[in-house]
Amino acid sequence: MPDTAPGPSVPTHCPYCALQCGTRLGHGTRGTVAEPSDFPVNDGRLCQKGWTAPALLDVPDRLRHPLVRDADGRLLPADWDTALDTVAARLLRIRDEHGPDALAVFGGGGLTNEKAYLLGKFARLALGSGQIDYNGRFCMSSAAAAGTAAFGLDRGLPFPVRDLGAADAILLAGANPAETMPPLMRHLEGADLIVVDPRRTRTAERAALHLQPVPGTDLALALGLLHIAVTDGWCDKEYVQRRTTGFDAAWRRAVAWWPERVERVTGVPVAEQRAAVETLGRARRAYVLTGRGAEQHSKGTDTAAAFINLALALGLPGVMGSGYGCLTGQGNGQGGREHGQKADQLPGYRMITDPAARAHVAGVWGTDPDTLPGPGRSAYELLDALGTDGGPRALLVFGSNPAVSAPHAAHVCDRLASLDLLVVADFVPSETARTADVVLPVAQWAEEEGTMTNLEGRVLRRRRLHAPPDGVRTDLEVLHGLAVRLGQPADRFPTSPRRVFEELRRASRGGKADYSGISYARLDAGEALHWPCPDTPDGDPHPGTPRLFLDRFAHPDGRARFAEVDHRDPAETPDADHPLYATTGRVLAHYQSGAQTRRVAELNDAAPGPFVEIHPDTAERAGLREGDTARVTSARGSTVARVRLVGSMRTDTVFVPFHYPGPGRANLITGTALDPRSRMPEFKVCAVRIEPGTAAT
Amino acid sequence: MPASSHVLVVGHGPAGHRLVERLRHHGHRGPVTVLGAEPRPAYNRVLLTSLLGGTLTAGDLELTGPPDGVRVRTGVTVTGIDRARRLVSTDTGETHSYDRLVLATGARPRIPHLPGVFTGGVLTEGATALRTLADCERFADGPVVVLGGGVLGTEATLALLRDGRDVTLVHPGPHLMDDRLDDVAGSLLAGHLRSRGAQLRLGRAAVEYRPGKLALDDGEILRAATLALCTGAEPETALARRAGLSVRTGVVVDRQLRTSDPRVHAIGDCAEFDADAPGLVTTAWEQAETLARILAGRPAHHRPGRPVVRLKAPGIDLACLGPPDPPGATRHVALSDPARGRHARLALSGEHILGAVLIGLPRATAAVGRLYERGLPVPSDLLGLLLGTTSTVGPARVELPDEAVLCHCNHVTKGDLLRARSAGAHDLADIAAATRATTGCGGCADDVRRVLASATGGNGDP
Repeated sequence: MPDTAPGPSVPTHCPYCALQCGTRLGHGTRGTVAEPSDFPVNDGRLCQKGWTAPALLDVPDRLRHPLVRDADGRLLPADWDTALDTVAARLLRIRDEHGPDALAVFGGGGLTNEKAYLLGKFARLALGSGQIDYNGRFCMSSAAAAGTAAFGLDRGLPFPVRDLGAADAILLAGANPAETMPPLMRHLEGADLIVVDPRRTRTAERAALHLQPVPGTDLALALGLLHIAVTDGWCDKEYVQRRTTGFDAAWRRAVAWWPERVERVTGVPVAEQRAAVETLGRARRAYVLTGRGAEQHSKGTDTAAAFINLALALGLPGVMGSGYGCLTGQGNGQGGREHGQKADQLPGYRMITDPAARAHVAGVWGTDPDTLPGPGRSAYELLDALGTDGGPRALLVFGSNPAVSAPHAAHVCDRLASLDLLVVADFVPSETARTADVVLPVAQWAEEEGTMTNLEGRVLRRRRLHAPPDGVRTDLEVLHGLAVRLGQPADRFPTSPRRVFEELRRASRGGKADYSGISYARLDAGEALHWPCPDTPDGDPHPGTPRLFLDRFAHPDGRARFAEVDHRDPAETPDADHPLYATTGRVLAHYQSGAQTRRVAELNDAAPGPFVEIHPDTAERAGLREGDTARVTSARGSTVARVRLVGSMRTDTVFVPFHYPGPGRANLITGTALDPRSRMPEFKVCAVRIEPGTAAT
Repeated sequence: MPASSHVLVVGHGPAGHRLVERLRHHGHRGPVTVLGAEPRPAYNRVLLTSLLGGTLTAGDLELTGPPDGVRVRTGVTVTGIDRARRLVSTDTGETHSYDRLVLATGARPRIPHLPGVFTGGVLTEGATALRTLADCERFADGPVVVLGGGVLGTEATLALLRDGRDVTLVHPGPHLMDDRLDDVAGSLLAGHLRSRGAQLRLGRAAVEYRPGKLALDDGEILRAATLALCTGAEPETALARRAGLSVRTGVVVDRQLRTSDPRVHAIGDCAEFDADAPGLVTTAWEQAETLARILAGRPAHHRPGRPVVRLKAPGIDLACLGPPDPPGATRHVALSDPARGRHARLALSGEHILGAVLIGLPRATAAVGRLYERGLPVPSDLLGLLLGTTSTVGPARVELPDEAVLCHCNHVTKGDLLRARSAGAHDLADIAAATRATTGCGGCADDVRRVLASATGGNGDP
């Protein structure tokens, strides 16, 4: 029954995914309640995670005071001054002994723009370290690299979500929004949906056409679709000639991927390849969208580029009602990658190696550009280097749980354990927090103000319903407290989100992701502002840019670039010892490492523990039945999960969700091969065997 | 093998082109020279029939240029190899030295003994093979007779028909591709060609060619502005023979792709390994990749793939996997539905496919082909495999249990809906307010309506 809210309520957004559904939070008769609002991306809808999000505010094991590990290795309560003094003193000592790059920061794609911005500033100024990266490297980095190369600019969707609703055809490559962002599905209902996924997901079940490739072969499929677009006459030659460059080089690769060859490599029938291209080709309005399934590979950038090539050949990007986009995953996956928590970037989506960018940001920060560090290690490389010779000896983690979410997780846990100092700021005792030397309890979602940037590049206000519990501080307050103890001027690290945002506006001014024309006041007035939105001191306020590229792409010549890409095998293919492919992904009830959603009773009841989806024949050959405990083993380790028989699985593939901790961690088996450009790990395919196991305790 | 040796490649077709590209990729840093007999840069020979069909132009087939530091000479035919001095000589009077020589000379079309097909030692006007871009340029306006109903003849016929040409296909065998297909598949293929407008002359032999006309053994005279000779190919071995290398059908190579002279390798259509010269581009590419690794100093050896023939033509799915009657087959499974153009025949040993013929079954063609190539076991539901339907777990459910989840977005079970209905929920809005069902993606709305509408609440729905 609807639980009407008698007290004050605030319009805000769901704490989880990049769709950032609009909600109204209030105090109901049975506690805090969330109701969907008519915000354009969800239009009155919400998935189970969104409905139950208020439960996060009252999780029983909420962290309410700092914890400091004592000489006996026990994490014991401490007051804030003790905790911050401990951290600062140890950071200073390590820096004195090993230099500033011995201090590292690992951020998250769920942090607000303000936190992401201040975290990057904190690393470069207060720590003086270039060693900062974030878990968004594991999410959108491949599509970001491909999008930047193709269009000169990376914004997940360069158009509003609602534009999708008018499309005639949409190709979704490696995305399962029916489970990962359900309210998006209503925008896809009007189109003929083509889903590319090795699994028959709920999204695939609703598609007009489901292409089911062998894991790790999406790139060959994308090349083949481009081939067909040309041979079957769907290539928009006039568009290619007028708005792009580089077609010939891309084609010389795609020409070798005729459909029958693609069929042999991908397992996708020729007829279905042709049907997919014809559906897109015939559509008056069409979109090509990619997700993590295509991107989380050691060739993820090239795969995203190959789908962009297809979109360009069909004449879609930069055309009203059509386009290419990446479905960003994490809540602030978009804003989180724009404001300087990425190893190679400064605020405003500026490159840290660009002298003009360094000068601009150093000017805003009131420092000498020469003192700013250069690019640091990418996420996995950073985690892999922890505690090694020349690697970081202290790590500060904000908004991330790499003990569960990083690839080759057992190895990452070893690296974390080898640190001289691990500090985790979180609001629950995540698996990473439990191993920390100091745990700092921070505010969450509805307890603080801020902005998020959703998957369509729209900047949103996250609003506070009530104050954080006693003993809890905000991330901004934590950064401030540490910075001051490290000798920084107090006003360099404001604790007010509004003041941080004002500074972020100045820092982003003139950058690719220009927020300088956006203010809390404009957002609070209900304006829909998509970046870039430059400041206009002398004129009318800039209306923001809901649709990019309609006139020109962001390269100096205004043209989009085809990429010359070719297919290659994944880093690991099945062999006699590991005869199956394993792929990883999400289930509806959980989010990322599950640190939040596993604590919500309704969600945990819906998806209580790790499972492995497997074809009945493959299970029978392995001596496994429905509900049995199975051990799934790769060259790196084993994970334990309950068998779930799924007749639509490929017989050569098993699927494990990655939300669970301990021995059920999917990332115990995933590999560490990195994409050469985006540094994305190969989460989506590895070689495994499966056998009966014993239940984990 | 030092990664800096001078590699000389004879032939710039698919094998030679792929080899030099991969040499650099694998770290070979020495000089590389390629001598190509055709007067143009490397192109994608596999897609020549697309030119006939008008879907691609000659420019579309051009392959990527050679990597930096690779010297390519086109229009140069190698005339001799001096293995003692490690030199090759060319028809242009050049000599080239080598540390390693790679023969990638490809195959030559087999021209039938047909009176009138040669004039003065060259093909008579209007007659052409179909192996090079130049061959495609010899197609004249007017009716085409394709001689030979193998894979190439069939693909060429279908391509020409797509371009609106008048085509007659003459094949002496009892049905098309009779070396690979059984008679049911052969007649289905013939039916497909006829439906596209082809004239077929099966079981008939050509007896004489004159420009513009082809005479058959039953006296029929076919008009032929072009006579396309798709009568097979054989490894191009003349150079190897003259150089004294071991040659049977092709130039004999070992697992290291070495000929009888360890400094001379052979790859692609000209090479014969284990008494087999399959003439498939996939074999040529695999050999090019393997040899590139070897010449770059990496461990590698040739692993012949399983032979797969997949017809390249839009609108028809035809695959022949393995030999027509594979030895060792312990069971055969066939699905034959000629009236709907579908036919499949699998030869199995236990759970493994030894050979197969499939026509008109696009999903099965993809799935069976992969299982065969990878040596993977077949699923228990062979009928599902051949029909391309997804198998299900257990018996089909006619009645959903109360614990079945209908709204996945909000994890609402059928039981939850029934309880909400009992408590007074009558329509979707009531249900949404009570259970949140339909408030996520909205995909369960029909299921929820069915539960609401069901009289008994327990049986027969949804």
